[in-house]
Amino acid sequence: MATTGPHGSPEPPPAPAADALGPLTGLRVVELAHEATEFAGRMLADFGAEVILVEPPGGARQRTYGPFVDDVPDPERSLWFWHYNTNKFGVVLDLDVAADRETFAGLAATADVVLEGETPGRLAALGIDEPDLRAANPGLVWTSVTPFGRTNPRALEPMTDLTLLANAGPVWSCGYDDHTIPPVRGGGNQGFQTAGIHAATATLVAVLHRDATGRGQHVDVSMHAANNVTTEFATYGWLVAGETVQRQTCRHAAARPTQFTMSTDKDGRFCPTGVPPRAAKEFRTLIDWIDDRGWRDDFPAIAFLELGEERGGVNFADIATDPLVGEIFGAGRDALIFIASRLTSYEFFLEGQTRGLALPVIYSPEEVVEDPHFRARGFAVEQHHPGIDRTVTYAGAPVTMDASPWRWQRHAPTLGEHQHLVDGPARPQSS
Amino acid sequence: MGVLSNLRICDFTGQLAGAGATRTLAAFGAQVIRIEDPVTEGRWDILRGMEPFVDERRGGEFGGGFQNHNVEKLAITLNLRTERGRELLAEIVARSDVVAENFAAGVLARLGFPYERLREIRPDVIYVSNCGFGHRGPYSAFKTWGPIVQACSGLTFTSGLPDLPPAGWGYSYMDHHGANFMAFAILAALVHRNRTGEGQWVDMSCTDAGAAMLGPVVLDYTVNGRPARRPGRPDSNHDEWGSMAPHNVYAALGDDEWVAIACRDDADWERLAAVVDEDWVRDPRYATLAGRLAAQADLDDRLGAWCAARDKFAVQAALIGAGVPGVAVQRPGERIEDDPGTTDFGLWPWVEHELMGRLRVDGLPYHLAETDWSIERATSLLGGDNDLVYGDLLGLSAAEIDDLRAEGVI
Repeated sequence: MATTGPHGSPEPPPAPAADALGPLTGLRVVELAHEATEFAGRMLADFGAEVILVEPPGGARQRTYGPFVDDVPDPERSLWFWHYNTNKFGVVLDLDVAADRETFAGLAATADVVLEGETPGRLAALGIDEPDLRAANPGLVWTSVTPFGRTNPRALEPMTDLTLLANAGPVWSCGYDDHTIPPVRGGGNQGFQTAGIHAATATLVAVLHRDATGRGQHVDVSMHAANNVTTEFATYGWLVAGETVQRQTCRHAAARPTQFTMSTDKDGRFCPTGVPPRAAKEFRTLIDWIDDRGWRDDFPAIAFLELGEERGGVNFADIATDPLVGEIFGAGRDALIFIASRLTSYEFFLEGQTRGLALPVIYSPEEVVEDPHFRARGFAVEQHHPGIDRTVTYAGAPVTMDASPWRWQRHAPTLGEHQHLVDGPARPQSS
Repeated sequence: MGVLSNLRICDFTGQLAGAGATRTLAAFGAQVIRIEDPVTEGRWDILRGMEPFVDERRGGEFGGGFQNHNVEKLAITLNLRTERGRELLAEIVARSDVVAENFAAGVLARLGFPYERLREIRPDVIYVSNCGFGHRGPYSAFKTWGPIVQACSGLTFTSGLPDLPPAGWGYSYMDHHGANFMAFAILAALVHRNRTGEGQWVDMSCTDAGAAMLGPVVLDYTVNGRPARRPGRPDSNHDEWGSMAPHNVYAALGDDEWVAIACRDDADWERLAAVVDEDWVRDPRYATLAGRLAAQADLDDRLGAWCAARDKFAVQAALIGAGVPGVAVQRPGERIEDDPGTTDFGLWPWVEHELMGRLRVDGLPYHLAETDWSIERATSLLGGDNDLVYGDLLGLSAAEIDDLRAEGVI
């Protein structure tokens, strides 16, 4: 049987060897810098692939995206660019110039993967599209990440993260009970990242096929499709039952309304209280929590919690028909709201979870990187950045792999930082 | 025969955060053997019996979400409380490339199959565990579901409007991405195994994955010292970094109808202004991004008034036609039934379920030119592939399988 760690946690996986290499080590990826590909390229680079980012003269458009170091806009100070291009190499090629197109073709001939998000038709017009370069490298995997896929009737429509999430489904499900308030786009470039995860995954499927057969192929990723299949019940509720979900404040959009479950903590922070208890032992947990804190006299409805325990819990289906069950269920919900109002959000989360209740804390992103659990996992990584001569803390690995780990390797490239990769004699293809 | 048809996965996953991962691999031909407990009739996966339903029938075979997440998989039952059950699991593991699960941390180990044991049985096994906080760290025993993962990783906070509670995601966004990162990790581990012969333990923590999706926000704090938690934030319908304006969701004509419009640069603004063609768009303040940001509230009011008088799809047609990102906020039925962006892509494949009949499900959002995915087969009923797996794969006779049934092992 499993041993447990000091916090009652299960036995952890072994730590990777200090010199262990990522699982994609040896894979050469040529990425044409684009906001549609940057997350997929980053994932491949993070897990060991040699990703060569090809930027146009003057740099990728994403170098103009904020935030900037000290709020000073500069192509070398875009924290957006830094984040999405960490672990990549960088070269500059002007694809509108014939000699540079030759260089790009030569680079693609040495690559395992080309990753691009160009407007469909652009590369074909330049004579450097997948079919043009296939003969020189039959094993090449060519992944296109475009708004609607390359051949869709909507293929040439413009798109931003906002319009992607709005048109593809997520925005319909996000917002507030009050439907005079606009629905909400979740922050953080999630629509583009959603497409990126799928692009990286599909690319690896093609790489496995190539490894087995020697044959590369084209992978056509639709960003709109990616977000359409990332909406949970909103999609399959329609597909299965023809139901249309309605957005609700900080809880699942639903075809039938569910109860509001938000409290505010003692500092006034919003604090969701999750699903109210139904099982007898959950009622006991709440009673103990209130008693341990000495708050029994301040929560008279504790009698209903005791009744809930005596009755062996309550059945959700009986709430509508049995008024007493409704009272007990309501007392459980009120108990969580009451406890949350007397604690900080973090105390509510930590004490509740320690007592076995599935409760959240709403962290802002900076609070995540400072949290003890994420620190213990080594989630954030600190690296000295020579460009600004400061130590920078970055968000780290989305997945930990013990034998072939995610690893920090290099800062996002300065413009043309690794130009020697294309200016020197062509490298022989690695096996 | 799919591209992954040589791959066998011993699959304990459920819900969406796990089942969604093996679903992707199954769609490429992997043999995914989904193992369920016969005693509880697989109800560990609560989606088995949950809405949506195709009709009035209820029960563990009728959960619409469960069907969506488990297409193209085999369904077997196995009672791991029995000695014989554990022996049979060892035989399945010995024949599997991957063991995947999304139990709470430590559950599979308590059932007798910690990583060390899996590796004894199959030295190059790829073991992927997926839970809210991972198997290491002080919160590893904590319980999560999608909204808790999103809250604890920063994603709930960053979705909302000023002076209101967080809106959050309205669905289990990180269940999708827990599954998607898990699929990616399994494929990456296979690449590694194919090159080195080495398996490994992939410790997937959904909160790590969620936090990794907010990189620039983290850097704004760690480099610039500017926390996301500050007055006026989040304001996630506006561009977070002041790179675009207008950039918002506006009411359109009708009840709860909306459009989303973003001007990426001054050229987009000029195209938008030409479409709107009212006096106010010629206000010189609006000619530059800095001017539009400074006057964003006025700009939102005026553009909002223009949208409010128009059908959302008419706005979409006019703005997209002019080259401006401006689209309808689509309802599920609109984007699924009437949008060539999904229908022409073949995004909603049909499967035939033994009891529920023909069902449409999520497809995958890409096409591979030579070895594309295929979703044609609904999941079998509980234990429906027992004969196939215990007979054809493990080589048991029909009589032996009958005995296993009689003894409550399967």
